[in-house]
Amino acid sequence: MQPVLQVNNLTASYRKNRVLNNVGFEVQPGTLTAIVGPNGAGKSTLLKVILSLHPRIEGTVSFFGTTYEKAKSRIGYVPQRGTVDWDFPTNALDVVMMGLYREIGWLKWPSRLHREKAMAALEQMGMADYAKRQISQLSGGQQQRVFLARALVQDAELYLLDEPLAGVDALTEGAIMRTLKTLKDRGRTVMVVHHDLQTVEDYFDHVLFLNRTVIAHGETAHVFTKENIFRTYDGALRWIGEKFG
Amino acid sequence: MIGLSYNAQWVLLSTLILGMAAGTVGCLAYWKRQSLMSDSLSHAALPGVIIGFMVVGVKQLPVMIAGAAVSAMLGALLIQWIRGSTRVKEDAAMGIILSVFFGTGIMLLTFVNRLAGGSQSGLDNFIFGQAASMVQTDVWTMTAVALAVLVVAIAAFKEWKLHLFDPGFAQGLGLSNRRMNAIYVVMLVLVIVVGIQAVGVIMMSALLIIPAVSARYWTQSFGWMLILSALFGGGAGIVGTLTSTLGKGWPTGPFIVLAAVTWFVVSLLFGPGKGILVTKLMQHSHRKQLVSVHRTGSVKEYAE
Repeated sequence: MQPVLQVNNLTASYRKNRVLNNVGFEVQPGTLTAIVGPNGAGKSTLLKVILSLHPRIEGTVSFFGTTYEKAKSRIGYVPQRGTVDWDFPTNALDVVMMGLYREIGWLKWPSRLHREKAMAALEQMGMADYAKRQISQLSGGQQQRVFLARALVQDAELYLLDEPLAGVDALTEGAIMRTLKTLKDRGRTVMVVHHDLQTVEDYFDHVLFLNRTVIAHGETAHVFTKENIFRTYDGALRWIGEKFG
Repeated sequence: MIGLSYNAQWVLLSTLILGMAAGTVGCLAYWKRQSLMSDSLSHAALPGVIIGFMVVGVKQLPVMIAGAAVSAMLGALLIQWIRGSTRVKEDAAMGIILSVFFGTGIMLLTFVNRLAGGSQSGLDNFIFGQAASMVQTDVWTMTAVALAVLVVAIAAFKEWKLHLFDPGFAQGLGLSNRRMNAIYVVMLVLVIVVGIQAVGVIMMSALLIIPAVSARYWTQSFGWMLILSALFGGGAGIVGTLTSTLGKGWPTGPFIVLAAVTWFVVSLLFGPGKGILVTKLMQHSHRKQLVSVHRTGSVKEYAE
C-alpha cells in the first residue's frame, strides 16, 4: 500500500540549533500515530517542517506519493492553541467555517450549505450550543474542540495535530479521542503530537519516538517498550520505573 | 453642504472616502498588531514627496505621490530587513525608520524652501495637511485610490479574517502569508500617500489607528469592526475637514485627529463592548446580586 506520508533524511534547525537530524519514517493509511518525545525533541518542528511552515535544510517529504503543494487539500493541520490570537473578534462557528474556505473558493462568500456543514462539525464535537460564543470566552478545552471541528470540516485524508490534549479537561480529551478514532475507522490517517506516555497504549495503534531523530517507530504493541522510552527520554522519567518495575 | 463651494464639496467627499479607506486598513493594522507601522510609513513618505518635487521642479501631485510611495515602501522594506537580519526588535526598527526618514524629509524641505519657489509651492502642507489646497485632479486621484483600497479590503474580507486570526492555518489552505503581507503593505502605503496632502504625514497615522481602536469598543465581530472603523474614519475625515474650513489657513490634519479622538473618548466611555461605563454598571449590578444572595442566605435566587 502506498504510504500516506514518507519522510527521508529530514534535517532542520531552529535559531541555529539543529533540532531535527536525519529524520525518516513512513506512515501507512488508516493508522493513528502518537509522536512522543521530551521537550525540545523537535516534535512541533517536525510537523511544521513537513508542512512547509518551517524551512528544512535537507531531506524529502512526500504525501500520497506527491509533493505537499499538490497534496495540500488532502491534509488537515491543527496547530497548538497558543499560535492564534484568541482576542480576535470572531465566534466559534466562524472559526469552523475557516476550514471550508478553500471549498468555498477564494474571494467568494459562504452559502447556507457551508454554514450547516460547520454546525454539524460543532455538533460532533459537542459544541453546537457555543456556535455564537466569542472564541475568547471559551475555555481551553472548548477552544481545542472548535479547532478540531475546523479540521473535521476540511474532510482531509491525513490529519496532523500538535498537542491537542495539552491542558484540556477530561471531557474534551474524551471527545477529541472519540473523534480521532472515528476518523481512523473511516480510513483516515491521524498523527498526534502527544505528551502523556500513560495514555499512549490506550489511544494510539502506532508510536513514533522522536528525540531530534527517530528513536523507534511502529505498532504500539511492538515498540512501546521500556528500552525505547529510556532511549528517547534518556532515562529521565520516574514514571517508567513505576510502570515497568 | 449648503454654503460650500463646488470644490469644497468635492474635497469633503474625498476626505470621507479617504477616512473610510484609512479606517478599514487601520483595522487590518490593528489586528496585525502593527499600529506603529502606519505611523512609521507615513513619516517615511515625506522625503519622497520632497524629492519628487525636486525632480520635476513644480508641485505635481502624481509625481510627488509616486515619490511618497517609493520612500514609504523603502521604509517598509528596511523595517523588515532590520527585523529579519539584526537583533533589533520590530518596534525599535520602526522607531529608527520613522525618525531617520522624517528627519531627512524635513532637512530636504528646509533646503528646497531656501531655493526659489519652494515656499510658494505649499510643500509645508504635506506635514500638517491642507485639504483646501487640493485641486480637482488631486481630489480625483485621492478618491480613486482610496476606493480601490476599500474594494480590495471588502472583496477579500474572508481572506483577511483568516490571515489575521490564524496565519499558520491560512498558509496550509494555500493562502500565502507573504502575498497577504505584501498586499497589506501596498494598501497601507497607498492610503498614506493619497492621504498626506489632506491630513499630513504627522497626523495620517491617527486616521489609521484611532478609528479601529474606537470600533473595538462597539462590536464583537470582525466584520462589524471593519464597517464601524470605516464609518468612524470617514466621519472624522468629514468633521475635521469641515471644521478646518471655518478659519483661513487652518490645517486639516489636527482637526481630523481631534474629531477622531473625540469619538474615541465617547467609545471608551459608552461603548457597549468594553466601555468604561458599561463595565462599571455590570460590576455594580453583579455586586448587588451578590449582596441579595448574601442577605437571603441562599444561592437559589442567584442561580435563577
